Parts: sequence; C-alpha cells; structure tokens
Amino acid sequence: MSADVLTPVVDDTPAAPPGAGRARLIYGWLWPKALAIVLVLAFWQVIVWSGWRPTYVLPAPAETLQTLGGMLGTERFWSAITTTLTRAVIGFALALVIGTTIGVLVARIRPLRLAVGSLITGLQTMPSIAWFPLAILLFGLDEQAIMFVVVLGAAPSIANGVISGIDHVPPAFTRLGRVLGASPVSLYRDIVLPAAMPGYVAGLTQGWAFAWRSLMAGELLVIIAEKPSLGAQLEFARQFSKAPQLLATMLVILILGMLVDGLFSSYSRRLRRRRGLDVGV
Amino acid sequence: MTTAEAADANTIPILEAVGLTKVFGTGDDRTVALQDVSLDVAPGEFVTVVGASGCGKSTLLNLIAGLDQPSAGTLTVRGNVALMFQDATLLPWLTAAENVELALKLRHVPKAERRARTAELLGIVQLDGWGSHRPHELSGGMRQRVALARCLAQDAQILLMDEPLGALDAMTRDHLHDEIETVVRDQGLAVVFVTHNMREAIRLGDRVVLMGSHPGRILHEELIPLPHPRVMDSPEIATRAADLTRRLKSQGHAHVG
Ligand SMILES: Nc1ncnc2c1ncn2[C@@H]1O[C@H](COP(=O)(O)OP(=O)(O)OP(=O)(O)O)[C@@H](O)[C@H]1O
Ligand SMILES: [Mg+2]
Repeated sequence: MSADVLTPVVDDTPAAPPGAGRARLIYGWLWPKALAIVLVLAFWQVIVWSGWRPTYVLPAPAETLQTLGGMLGTERFWSAITTTLTRAVIGFALALVIGTTIGVLVARIRPLRLAVGSLITGLQTMPSIAWFPLAILLFGLDEQAIMFVVVLGAAPSIANGVISGIDHVPPAFTRLGRVLGASPVSLYRDIVLPAAMPGYVAGLTQGWAFAWRSLMAGELLVIIAEKPSLGAQLEFARQFSKAPQLLATMLVILILGMLVDGLFSSYSRRLRRRRGLDVGV
Repeated sequence: MTTAEAADANTIPILEAVGLTKVFGTGDDRTVALQDVSLDVAPGEFVTVVGASGCGKSTLLNLIAGLDQPSAGTLTVRGNVALMFQDATLLPWLTAAENVELALKLRHVPKAERRARTAELLGIVQLDGWGSHRPHELSGGMRQRVALARCLAQDAQILLMDEPLGALDAMTRDHLHDEIETVVRDQGLAVVFVTHNMREAIRLGDRVVLMGSHPGRILHEELIPLPHPRVMDSPEIATRAADLTRRLKSQGHAHVG
C-alpha cells in the first residue's frame, strides 16, 4: 500500500524542544553574535595599535571594557538604561498601536490607500532626526518631543508591514474563507490577519530598528535635566572628552539594539518554520 | 440539454444550471469562459466533468460555489455547497485538525462539539493520529485528505471538487478514489468532480460531462452504467475512455457561433 496510509509512528512533535535541544538552540543563536563582537574588538584593537589616533581619543578595547565594567556598578548607569528602555518600550508600543491601526485601515479601504499609501512609504524614507526641530517647537525640550519622533520613526514601517502582509495573503485563502462561509469579521480574524503575520513581524522588526535609532537621536538632542539616559550619557562623555565612557556607552547601545532585534528575528524564524516556509540561513 | 434520463423523473435536481454564461473582461480582452451551459445534478449523483485546460471547468465550479456571478443564465442550488481546491489550500499556520475545525467554527458549531467532530472526520479520511501535524509535514495525498475532511465538516449536500487529485501519484490517487467514493456514498452527497483524466472521470462518475473550449460549453454527456467500485485499469473503462476521448477531440475545438 502507499506509505500514505501508514499509522503515525512519528513522535517528534513540533512542540517545545527538551532542555538539551533548547540549550543548543540558544547556543546556535549566540555564537554568531559572540563572533561578531570578537571581530569588532579585534578590528578596533588593530586600529588602536596602528597609532592612528592617540588613546585619549580612541581608547583600546580593554580600557573601554574596564570602564564599562565600572559603569555597570553605578546607580546612574542603571537609571540611564531604565529611562532609555522605558522610552523605547512606550514609544514602540504607541507606534505598534498607531501603525497597526493605520495599516489595517489603509489595506482595507481603497480610497484611503490611494490617498495615504505612498505617503506612508514617503514617511519611512524621512530621516527621523529631521523631525526634531519641529518636535522641539511643538513640545519643547521634553519627553513628548522624543516620543513624537520615535513614533513617527517606527509607525510607518509597522503600517507598511501590515499592508504588505495583507497584500500578500494568497487570494486562494480568501476564496477558501468565502467557501467556508466566513463573515467579514471572521475572514479577517481567522484567515487574513494570521496569513499576514510574517509580513507584519518583518514590519515590526524594521519598526524597532527605526524606533531605536530615533530614540538615540532624540536623547542626544533633547537632554532633560536630572534624567540620565544612554543618549545623554553619550553627549556628556563627548563634552567632557571621556572617550572610554563614550565608547562603553556605544557598546551598550549596540548590544541592546542587537538583543531586541534578535528577539524579533527568532520569533520570525519560529513563525516561518512552523508554516514550513524557508527560514534562510 | 436535459438529463432527464439520468435521474428518475420525480427527483428534484439538487443543482440546476440553465444557460449559464460567463464572460471575463471587455473589448480585446473579452473571454467567453462559459457559453450557455446547462447541467442538472440529482441528489447523491456523482458527475464528473472532463475538458481541456482553459475550457471553463474551474469557472463553472466557482459559479456554483457562489465565488463568482454568472453573466447570464440561472443557477438553482438546493443545499449547501463545499468546494475542494486543486491544491488542498490548507492554512499553513494551523495543524491538520485545526484546519478541519475552522470549517466547524465558521459554521458556528459549539466549541464543545468541535473537537469530537474533528477527530471523527479525520478518522473518516483515515488520518487518525495525524491531527497535530502541520500541512507542510504531510504528504500531498494526506493534505488532500485533510481538505476532504474539511469539506465534510461543512456539512454540505453538494461537493465540488476541482481536480483534487491531479498532483498525486497513481497509487495514492487510486486509494483516494476508493476513499472519496465510500465517503460520498455514505453521506449521500451529490458531487461535481472536475478532471483532465478521462479514465478517472469514468472510474468515478455516474455520468461524465465533456466540455469543449473557446467558448467553454458542454459537448456531450454520457451515463456510465458500470457497477461501483470500478477499477481504473479495467478494459471496460479503457474502451469507454478511448471512445469519449475521440469524441472530445473531434468536437472539442469545432468553432461554435
Ligand atoms: N478571473 C478571470 N479573469 C479573466 N479571465 C479568466 C478569469 N478566470 C478564468 N478566465 C479565463 O476563462 C477561461 C476558463 O478558465 P478556467 O480556469 O475555468 O479553465 P479550466 O477549465 O479550469 O482550466 P484548467 O483545467 O487549466 O484548470 C480561460 O480562458 C481563462 O483564461
Ligand atoms: Mg481549473
């Protein structure tokens, strides 16, 4: 008989892998990142050795890491990180709600799409730093100015993710929904939105990158007294020529950005793998 | 073209198409996909439709399923319709069982009943134990079975099948013929089954409908009085297939009107 009618003997259900498997997964995710860091440090060390700039301007990795270690022990550093991450989370959450709503509306409503579709892409190409003069005029040197730019930076990418996700839903799926008698609401809830998920997650990933960049630009420009943040710390380090502290802060920013991006891409890979889609390298 | 001889005179057809015409596009792009197609299907009758690619078979099923509106003609459907697509069209983010369950959910079957009914349907298509697998983890034949189970979940009286087995190897296909035939007869479904394969059409159909192209139309209908289940490689089927194929070829491209 055909192999088709065999009773199942497969027991590797695609559920959560056991402990060892998970450890391997994390290891597999970690080592390319570790390798990248090692490469950066090596390159940096070579430049320092070349004597291109004096070490009080461009300190060696070892010195920077030492400064970083010292920084980790200060309360000020943790309060800076907390401020920055809180802003990032709130800004991204706002962008998520606004971007998703706009995306769904634009994808659904044709006239709206003609009117704002290209505007959204236009906004996406707008460098977020160019918004700051306006933001500062509107809100003053304040928290809201930063949020405004973070949301403007991230929301268009998220909206575009929704739109392209919905656009790429195979027509066969919507036909299926109609054959199964789905109401307009359940057609969206049960078929269109889940089918659009991979595009949506891609939009979220890009939205995060823009949010993080806008936030750093904002924190450099809009420095609020008595409110340490990573951006402010960068700016102060420059003003007082504290090169090791500047570089150490940059490392923190880089690592935080990569960590969050890693979360998004591992979620995206899981999503795609579950659907039997190509997950790439 | 009537098929009064097909069903006994006092059954009301479950599906009645009269003079169906479907035109796509306008001007230079105008395609007459179907012209004046009339077809009756009796309750529980298995009708197979054969024709060259592009003759309007899918268009006909789409009209019957209500996915598209005819340009002219009338269509009376006395029951619910389920459509099985050529490529299964399972939703990749759902497991096999969830795909079947979705059809129940969209029919507002209470949640408590859904699970048991899903298991029962997967049993009917011989997929017990495969419910937790995702579509990409199943073979092509298994996917078509899930699609069949999902159609059955719709609790329809009319099952439309658009070349559902075209992509399968001969052995799996033979096996699914037996299965489809059993399920359909057990549930008393009326079926319109589209295929390119003349022998498959004769293997399954109580009646075979031949379609020609440009414009898409019905050329001929033939009752197949052989007892079920039939064997696809049997000489009776081979002879009839050769005969009907000849007929299709000689009339298929004759220009009409
Ligand atoms: N949405 C559409 N818009 C324009 N033309 C269409 C559309 N759908 C079908 N057609 C045309 O109608 C004709 C019949 O198409 P249909 O898909 O019904 O053929 P078919 O018999 O199912 O072919 P196949 O066996 O290859 O599936 C073709 O000429 C096709 O180009
Ligand atoms: Mg077709």
